[in-house]
Amino acid sequence: MQIIIVGCGKVGYTLVEQLSGEEHNLVVIDEKEDRVASITDNLDAMGIVGNGVSYQTLQEAGIAQADLLIAVTGSDEQNLLCCVIAKKAGNCKTIARVRNPIYNSELEFLRKELGLAMIINPEMTCANEIARIFQFPSAMKIDTFSKGRIELLHFRVTKECLLNNYQLLHIRTALKCDVLVCTVVRREQVFIPRGDFVFQAGDVVSVVSSPAQANEFFRKIGINIGRVRTVMIVGGGKIAYYLTRRLLAAGIETKIIEQDRERCEQLSSLLPKATVICGDGTDQSLLLEEGLEQVQGFAALTGLDEENILLSLYAKKISPRTKVVTKVNRISFNSVLSDLKLDSITYPRLMTADSIIKYARSMNESLNSNVENLYKLEEGKVEALEFYIKEENRVTGIPLQNMHIKKNILICCINRGGRIIIPGGQDMLAPGDFAVVVTMNTARLHDIKDIME
Amino acid sequence: MNFSIVRFILGWILKFESVFLLLPALVGLFYGEQRASGSYLISAALCLLVGFLVSFKPPVSRQLYMREGFACVALGWLVMSIFGAVPFVLCGDIPSCTDALFETVSGFTTTGASILTDVEALTHASLFWRSFTHWVGGMGVFVFIMAILPLMGGSTMNLMRAESPGPSVGKLVPRVMDTAKILYGIYLGITLLQSILLCICGLDLFESLTTTFGTVGTGGFGIYNSSIGGFSPVVQNVITVFMILSGINYMAYFYLLRREPRKIFAIEEVRWYLAVILASALVICANIRPLYGTLGEALRHSFFQVGSIITTTGYSTADFDAWPMLSKTILVLLMFCGACAGSTGGGIKVSRFVILFKTIGRELSTMIHPRLVRKIKMDGHSVPQEVVRSTHVYISVYFILLLASMLLISVDGHNFTTNFTAVAATLNNIGPGLDLVGPAQNFALYSAFSKYVLIFDMLAGRLELFPMLILLLPSCWKKY
Repeated sequence: MQIIIVGCGKVGYTLVEQLSGEEHNLVVIDEKEDRVASITDNLDAMGIVGNGVSYQTLQEAGIAQADLLIAVTGSDEQNLLCCVIAKKAGNCKTIARVRNPIYNSELEFLRKELGLAMIINPEMTCANEIARIFQFPSAMKIDTFSKGRIELLHFRVTKECLLNNYQLLHIRTALKCDVLVCTVVRREQVFIPRGDFVFQAGDVVSVVSSPAQANEFFRKIGINIGRVRTVMIVGGGKIAYYLTRRLLAAGIETKIIEQDRERCEQLSSLLPKATVICGDGTDQSLLLEEGLEQVQGFAALTGLDEENILLSLYAKKISPRTKVVTKVNRISFNSVLSDLKLDSITYPRLMTADSIIKYARSMNESLNSNVENLYKLEEGKVEALEFYIKEENRVTGIPLQNMHIKKNILICCINRGGRIIIPGGQDMLAPGDFAVVVTMNTARLHDIKDIME
Repeated sequence: MNFSIVRFILGWILKFESVFLLLPALVGLFYGEQRASGSYLISAALCLLVGFLVSFKPPVSRQLYMREGFACVALGWLVMSIFGAVPFVLCGDIPSCTDALFETVSGFTTTGASILTDVEALTHASLFWRSFTHWVGGMGVFVFIMAILPLMGGSTMNLMRAESPGPSVGKLVPRVMDTAKILYGIYLGITLLQSILLCICGLDLFESLTTTFGTVGTGGFGIYNSSIGGFSPVVQNVITVFMILSGINYMAYFYLLRREPRKIFAIEEVRWYLAVILASALVICANIRPLYGTLGEALRHSFFQVGSIITTTGYSTADFDAWPMLSKTILVLLMFCGACAGSTGGGIKVSRFVILFKTIGRELSTMIHPRLVRKIKMDGHSVPQEVVRSTHVYISVYFILLLASMLLISVDGHNFTTNFTAVAATLNNIGPGLDLVGPAQNFALYSAFSKYVLIFDMLAGRLELFPMLILLLPSCWKKY
C-alpha cells in the first residue's frame, strides 16, 4: 500500500519503523528538515520537507495514488485539516490523531462529518489501559479482545507464587483453570512453551482467558493482589485527566499531584471529585505527606521518562504492596527497564502505532477475515491478533490437531457468539468466530488463512 | 566500525562479480579464444570461491551506519577492481599487474583511460570485459545489488548515498529496492535502445554492444585504436545523442516514465547542462571550422567532442589535441564541469556549479547589503545550508586532490599540460587528456607509482571523493 505519514515526531517515527516492516511504500512529510532526515537516514521511506496541509506538498508526496494518510503532527487542528484536504485531493482513507480533551466527546461527530476513517487518541487509549491494570492489579499488562470478553494477561512469576518450579501441563489438570499460556519471556528470550515446560521465578508469562477465569487463576496461583481502591497520580497531563475520569467512574479514589497552578485549577474544574494537589511530585516529603505509604495504586505520568522511572522505583521501595504504573514515552532502553522490576510500563507511542497497523492490515477488503485487534508484545517479537472469520474457508471445519499450522503460531482463544472457548485439539473454527492468535513469526498475518503452512 | 557486515557485503560483491565474469568467458568461447575464455572462467570460479568463503559466516550485527556504508563502497570498488584485473593477467593480454589493475579501475570507474598502445591486439573476451566493466560501474554495483537482494532495511540508503553521484541523493520512490530497480530499468532500456539503433546503422553485434556499454556508462573504452573515428558519421551522431542522454539526471527519465515530461525542464540542472553543451559546441564549431571541409563535419566533431567530454565519456572522433587553443581550453573546462548529478557521468557535476555560482552571487550581494538574508534555491526549493556547505568543501577538496596528484606524478618528468590533463582526465573519469595523454596517445608512459596515484584519483572521482579519503582516516578503522 501507498501510505503517507504527516508529522515525523515520536509516533511518526515508530509508525514508519513498524509499517516499513509490513511491505508498504511510505512517504513522510514534516516541516522540519532534520526530523525528516532522521527517518530517511535510518528507515526505508521517502521524505518530503513541507507543510502537510498544503495541497502542493501532498501532491508531491503522491496523494493521487495513496491508499492511506496518517496525520500525527503535534497539532490536532492541523491533523484534521490535513485529512480533509487529503480526502479531497486524492481518494485515500485518512487517520488523524486528535488529543485535546475538548474534542473528546465530539470525536465520532468529527470522524463522520469530516469523512475520516479513524481518529486516534493515544492518551485516552493509554489511560484506558492503565485503568484496566488498576482494576486488575495482579497483571502487569492487559490486552483485551472481543470488547473485553477475552483478556491477554501478562504477569511475573515470583518466588512465593505457586507456579515457581511448576510444570505447564499441570495448570489444566491439577489447577483446573481454563487458561492458556501463550508466551514466556526468560532472560530476554521469548518462546511459546510446550506442556513439559517448567516455570521459574522471574519469568514473565502471558495467559489468555476470560476475565472471570483469570480472577480464579490468579487466586489459585497466589499472586492475587486485590482491587485497588486509592490511586495517586503524579503529573497532570492529558493521560492523567482521562485516567482520573475512568477511575472516578469506577469508584476509585484518585489524587493528582501537579506542579503547575493553572493546570491544577483546570483539572479541578474538569474533575470536581478528584483531589488535586499543587506541588512538586518529586518532593519526597510531599509524597509521604499525601500518603504514599498507604496508597494502593501509583501512576507516574510526568512528561519526563527518567522522572517517571525514579518516582516508580521510590514508590515501590516505600510501599512494596503498591501497584505501580510507569509511563515511558521517549526512551527505548527496554532491556534495562525490564531489569528494574517495575510493575507495569506503558508506552503511549507504541499503542498508537498498534492501532494504526491493525487498521492498515484490515484495509485489504478482499480477504475473508478481518483483523479486529492487534497488539505487539515483548518489544515487537510477538504479535497477538484477533480475526473475525467472515465465511467458510480452508481453516474452518477442521479439528485444530489435524491442521498444519506454521511453527510458532498458537490459536489461543475462540469467541463463538459470546462463549469463550480455550481450544483443545478437537475444537474447530467456524464462520462467525472471533479467533485470537499469538504468533512469533514476524511474518505478517493479514488473514486467518495465513496461519496455515 | 562493524567489520562483519563490511566483510559480508564484500563477499556478496565478489559473488556478483563472478557472474559478470562469465559473460566475457562466453564471448571468448563464441570467438574460439580458448585461453582467454579459460582464464575468465578461472577468474569467475576464484571470485565465487573467495566470495563464498568471505560471506559464509553471517554478520554478527546487521547494523550499517554511514561509516560502514562508506567503507563498504570504497573497499568494494577496490576489491572488485583487483579481482576484475585477474583475467587480463591470466590470459596474457596485459601481463603487468599494475597495468591490468589500472585498466580495470579505469573500466569500473568509467574513466576509459588506457595503458594499451594497441587495443586491437586484445582478444574479444578482454575487449568485451573492458567495455562491460563500464556498464557495471556506470550505474554502480551496489545499486545493482540493492535492486536484486533485499539485503537489509532502510540503512542501505547509506550505501546508495556513498555510491551515487550528486550533492544530495534522493529516492525516486519510497523504497530503496524499488528505486534501485527503476534506475537499473531505465539504464537497461537506454542500453537496449542504443545497441539496437547501432545495429541498424550497420555495426555488428559485438561492436554495437561494446560501444553501447562505453556510451551509457559514460566510460570511453573503444575497441579500435581510432576509438570512434572509424565509424560512419551516422553512427557517430547516434553515439553523440546517447552520450548526452546518459549525462542527464535519471530523475528526468523517471518523469518521462510517469508521463510528466514538463517536469524534466523544470529541473534547473538539466537546463544548464543542455545550455552549456549547446554554447560550447557552437563556439568550438566556429573555432575549428577552417580545419574541416564542410560546416556539417565541423558541427559533428564539435558536438561529439563536447558531449564526450562533458559527460566524461572520453570517446574521440578526431584528435582534438590538434585543435586551436580556444577549443582545447573549453574542453578542459568542460572536463571539470561534468554531467548532471544522478546520471552515470563523472566530474564535479553541473548542480554543484549552479549552487557555487548562486552562493557567489549571494556573497557579492551581502557586500552591498550586509544584513541581507537570502536562501539559495534550486528547482523552486531552498537548498539546505548543509548541502551548500558540503558542496563548497567538495569543490575545495577536489582541487586540493588535483594539485596534490599533480605534484606526485610530476616526479616522472613529463610536461605540465600532460600532467595536468592526465590528473584532470582521471579524477573526472574522462579518459584522454591533452598532449602526451591526448586522444591519440595513452597512459603507458607513466611509472608504476604514478599509475597508482592515478588509480586512486579515478576511484576517488567516481565515488565522489569522500569514501576513498575516509579510508585514509585512522579513526575509520577503529572498532568504536
